[in-house]
Amino acid sequence: MRRLLIILFINYLFITKSFALIEIDITRGNLDPLPIAISPLHVDTKSQSFEGLKVKTLGDNISKIIEDNFRSTGLFNPLKKDAFVQKPDIAHLKPRFEDWRLIKAQALVTGKLLVKDGKLKVEFRLWDLAAAKEMTALAFTTTPSNWRRVAHIISDKIYERLTGEEGYFDTRIIYVSESGPKNQRVKKLAIMDQDGANTKYLTLGNELVLTPRFNPTNQMVTYMSYFRNMPRVYLLDIETGTQEVVGNFPGMTFAPRFSPDGKKIVMSFAKNGNSDIYTMDLGTRLVERITDHSSIDTSPSFSPDGKFIAFNSDRSGLQQIYVMRSDGSGVKRVTFGNGIYGTPVWSPRGDLIAFTKMRKGKFYIGVMRTDGTGERLLTENYYQEAPSWSPNGRVLVFYRETKAGSKGEGFTAKLWSIDITGYNERRLKTETDASDPSWSSLLSK
Amino acid sequence: MIFNKSLKNILLVIFATLILSACSTAKKSGNIDGDVYTGKETVEYLASGVPDRIFFATNKSSLTTASRATLRKQATYLRKNKNLNVTIEGHADERGTREYNLALGERRANAARDYLMTYGISGKRLSVISYGKEKPVNPASTPLAWSQNRRSVTVKVN
Repeated sequence: MRRLLIILFINYLFITKSFALIEIDITRGNLDPLPIAISPLHVDTKSQSFEGLKVKTLGDNISKIIEDNFRSTGLFNPLKKDAFVQKPDIAHLKPRFEDWRLIKAQALVTGKLLVKDGKLKVEFRLWDLAAAKEMTALAFTTTPSNWRRVAHIISDKIYERLTGEEGYFDTRIIYVSESGPKNQRVKKLAIMDQDGANTKYLTLGNELVLTPRFNPTNQMVTYMSYFRNMPRVYLLDIETGTQEVVGNFPGMTFAPRFSPDGKKIVMSFAKNGNSDIYTMDLGTRLVERITDHSSIDTSPSFSPDGKFIAFNSDRSGLQQIYVMRSDGSGVKRVTFGNGIYGTPVWSPRGDLIAFTKMRKGKFYIGVMRTDGTGERLLTENYYQEAPSWSPNGRVLVFYRETKAGSKGEGFTAKLWSIDITGYNERRLKTETDASDPSWSSLLSK
Repeated sequence: MIFNKSLKNILLVIFATLILSACSTAKKSGNIDGDVYTGKETVEYLASGVPDRIFFATNKSSLTTASRATLRKQATYLRKNKNLNVTIEGHADERGTREYNLALGERRANAARDYLMTYGISGKRLSVISYGKEKPVNPASTPLAWSQNRRSVTVKVN
């Protein structure tokens, strides 16, 4: 009986949650973005200075990052701050709901912070203005230099509460930074926060580097490098900077990706003109051959349960996408549409495969169900490829190149993102030209 | 009547000239057969009369008649220079996904290597590397540039 009561109580909790007034329907696009007011965080007057940090404006700066995050989703419409009707500290205690409703806000974010004894203490509240109540609140303490991450973590909590889905703001993107003329490109590994801040270069550009990919469980990266003119797959620890060749292959290895548990790397190995798919266990160093076919088999990507691998093969003549069990059995072609298909990437939710499609001189980024049905092309362009999923499976980041003139002038490579609904296409800010993006999992998980 | 006849002749000559000039301009501006590059603009030479590169059709690694002739010249040259080793670099054009192009470049370089081996060159002297679409020789975004970039290049190592 007691257990039944507990279950009923839990159910009650869930029911009240799902009936909250301002849940956002994110199955559609940004047809009607939710108006949200993000009040600057109040900076406690007892705050002390900290190593070159502008403590006075920290509240404004954190709120600006939250605002930018929300605007970038296309699902929210952050309101202009000059229309705000209450001081941050007072609103944080108790908003005058009817006044905030007057400026057409449906949700309100308030907060305050204190920098003291080398620590940053932050709390925030999310208010449902229509229902006139608090939806969620959180307080935490960290080092002040972490303030940008604080803004991203707050953004993730609010996003989660309003959409019912995990956020993706406290994440990073690793990519290939490009510079120089088109026929003498210099390429370096680079990493930045999801919003373009904190760019760091991880290689010097002495050798060609391609296709970095995050381990979904930690901050390790696998990529391809032409170090000493031997194109091989490498493993890189971002924190320590140590790197090593993956396996001992007598030829080119390329197109690496991690298994969902992060313990294996799946990649292509090219020998005598034939590329097949192999895995290597990073713990045992055991190498397994997964495909054995005279065609090109490449761009492998694990399903999130680790049971299947999607890949790209030209065994039927031109590039198409195939799915097999992760031991290589049960190979099935899944794309039959007009055009050729490459770079399948399994969604972290497991239900979709993102891909690049080429048809009649145009390149498309699209998604389809894992059996190849329900194809939806999200964006068409002169050249674009290599989609990578946000950790919540909601947004794709990819790169796009422009057409070059007769001397290679006018050529650019940039990162773009698009919602899987096909809405909200936007360019990601990068310091240099950029390609081959890969999105990390949530840092705080 | 006579005037008419000569006019007709003149017209015929003009017409024929137009056709011929149309033909010659097509050949000149093209330098592409099917979509395989047949020109010499980007070609360098291992030695006099020994071109360093061959060209491929889109998504293909099969050797054309002209490519085979070039490779036979390279084989003869390599037989004469027994201490010379080479690397065969395989390349693709920019109109494909990066990873597939790496595999395609490798396949093209090996097609050239296999052919050289059938003409008696030891595989030990012939290493292979693929650059995919990473090193275009012509940076333009035109069918001509792409045809020049779909290539395998034999490069002396020593």
